Amino acid sequence: MNVIEFANLRYRWKGQQQDILNIAELQIRKGEHAFLRGESGSGKTTLLNLLAGILTPTSGHIRMLDNDFHAMKSSQRDRFRADHMGVIFQQFNLLPYLSIIDNVSLPCHFSKMRKERAGDIKATASRLLEHLKLDNEFQQRPVTELSVGQQQRVAVARALIGKPEIIIADEPTSALDTNTRNDFLSLLFDEAESQGSTILFVSHDPYIAERFPRVIELEEVNQR
Amino acid sequence: MILLKLTWQSLWNRRTTLLLTILSIAISVSLVLGVEYIRKEARQSFMNTISDTDLVVGARSGPVQLLLYSVFRIGNATNNISWDSYQEIAQHKWVKWTVPLSLGDSHKGYRVLGTNTDYFTYYRYADKRELAFLEGKPFAGVYGAVLGAEVARKLGYQLGDKIVIAHGAGSTSFSEHKNKPFTVSGILKPTGTAVDRTVHVTLEGIEAIHIDWRAGTPIPGLEVSAEKAASMNLQPKVITAFLVGLKTRTAAFRLQREINEYKPEALLATIPGIALSELWRAIGQFEVVLRIITFFVLIAGLLGMLTTLLTTLNERRREMAILRAVGVPPSQVFFLFVLEAVIIAVLGGILGMLLLGVGILLSQPWIAETYGFYLRTWLPQTNDWLLLSVVVGLAALFSTLPAWIAYRRSLQDGLTVKI
Ligand SMILES: Nc1ncnc2c1ncn2[C@@H]1O[C@H](COP(=O)(O)OP(=O)(O)OP(=O)(O)O)[C@@H](O)[C@H]1O
Ligand SMILES: [Mg+2]
Repeated sequence: MNVIEFANLRYRWKGQQQDILNIAELQIRKGEHAFLRGESGSGKTTLLNLLAGILTPTSGHIRMLDNDFHAMKSSQRDRFRADHMGVIFQQFNLLPYLSIIDNVSLPCHFSKMRKERAGDIKATASRLLEHLKLDNEFQQRPVTELSVGQQQRVAVARALIGKPEIIIADEPTSALDTNTRNDFLSLLFDEAESQGSTILFVSHDPYIAERFPRVIELEEVNQR
Repeated sequence: MILLKLTWQSLWNRRTTLLLTILSIAISVSLVLGVEYIRKEARQSFMNTISDTDLVVGARSGPVQLLLYSVFRIGNATNNISWDSYQEIAQHKWVKWTVPLSLGDSHKGYRVLGTNTDYFTYYRYADKRELAFLEGKPFAGVYGAVLGAEVARKLGYQLGDKIVIAHGAGSTSFSEHKNKPFTVSGILKPTGTAVDRTVHVTLEGIEAIHIDWRAGTPIPGLEVSAEKAASMNLQPKVITAFLVGLKTRTAAFRLQREINEYKPEALLATIPGIALSELWRAIGQFEVVLRIITFFVLIAGLLGMLTTLLTTLNERRREMAILRAVGVPPSQVFFLFVLEAVIIAVLGGILGMLLLGVGILLSQPWIAETYGFYLRTWLPQTNDWLLLSVVVGLAALFSTLPAWIAYRRSLQDGLTVKI
């Protein structure tokens, strides 16, 4: 089953002469964790925004889990994102005024589906954090006291809670050193695998590529 | 509701800045409500000054002027009216009672009112309340005096004390009726009206102290002793004004017309309620100005809030991106800012009410002491809640600007966390 399908996708920022994205075809199957590599400014984040349903393509189609984004209203896409996607940013993933547990549970408050899948939200959040090597002692701390690597792991827990089908990550490792980055990736993979989420990981860092079953070079698929 | 919880926690996280914003709203709210309250209280106390009197009659002038000098003890009568005219109207078949008033003298800055004991029987203030004695009783002899509550308290007089009346209304009057002092026979309870600031004496007493005077000065070499004066004919020839109570209320307008058309003398009768409203309307201009000023103070408070909201926009950009990522629609991002403004306004408003309530409670004794004006304890009325909701509404309206900016940005930024 395809989790993500692009067909004749074009995107052009308002006021620009050229399409930033022009992808004839791209499919990502369930469980096929994909690494999307591209230079800075090549349109990776733009692509993720399209996938997340925040931007709408200038033309062409995006199908996610057999839903045609084109046919959905923006509020429906917001709903879809809440239900089926976990998002990890490069940095600053957490709301400073929420506790770690509350940060992790956040998606469950906006999606009934994920809430139901999570069951006991607090316990699930705590368990996820533990799997990500953030034990109880850490979980009590205010988020502002965590290191960047720890913050990113909390963000992973948030992306994973409620078992969304798709995890999109926009350079979540760029602020981490090599060892932390490797640990981070291992933990991310283990958890995503165990709950059946498909990862789409975006970065310009070629060293991470080898860890992914599928690597997509944006330059190759993007005919702009 | 999760948005409410998020807004609250986000606010709590920024509490130091927000506390100042809330405080500025609180101060402007308490100012607006306070001015409104004091205005109402002043009006109330003003309207309370006289009650149950159907007509006030004096020499022909303006109704407002007549009311001012006869009831509020402000200003002076241009003319007196003759005792005969007074007697004639007092005997009128519709008239139930009359109270003569004779003004013109003072005691240490307080007006002296010559009257008779009917004053204590018939004068009503506020909601038909009678004058009550704190101590003593109405004056009996020629040289008896009954003090208003404030006069007694401020000047420290007690029953039996002797007071000397000065000629004229000014507090710096040099010519005093030294040889005929009055003895305090009673002290009235506070009324919150001009009565508190009045020294009441007998009409005969007023007549007696002027018996050896002419044109405002003692007649040289013709000093009449107090005892001698008391035994003379003290029937006054003129009085300043008089109050009229009727057997039937409905006769007021007809009698008013009759008095105004009274041939032997130019008289003016006025219905106190009507004249009071007229007077208050004149003062009302000032009220409007005051209201406009407080309204601008309120707007300034809300603009302060708007500034805070706008400056937090940038630092909250990430917050919005995170919320968007977990599926919050842009409309709710908009709503989040409005909600925040509403919370700030509600907290500010309630704090403002508290400030006002406590402030009035604390200043009550001082105001009563200084202005003889008893402010009742402030409790929010329907109007105050209405004003609070206007404040909240305005805050919500103001917040649509930052909300709109955040909305636009969240559409644009998407998952990009820009700083
Ligand atoms: N809101 C926007 N409005 C107009 N142009 C934009 C906007 N956001 C991005 N762009 C442009 O689109 C192009 C792609 O930007 P994008 O953020 O997708 O790059 P990226 O591949 O994620 O880069 P990086 O690796 O540095 O994050 C850039 O040239 C950028 O200038
Ligand atoms: Mg990017």
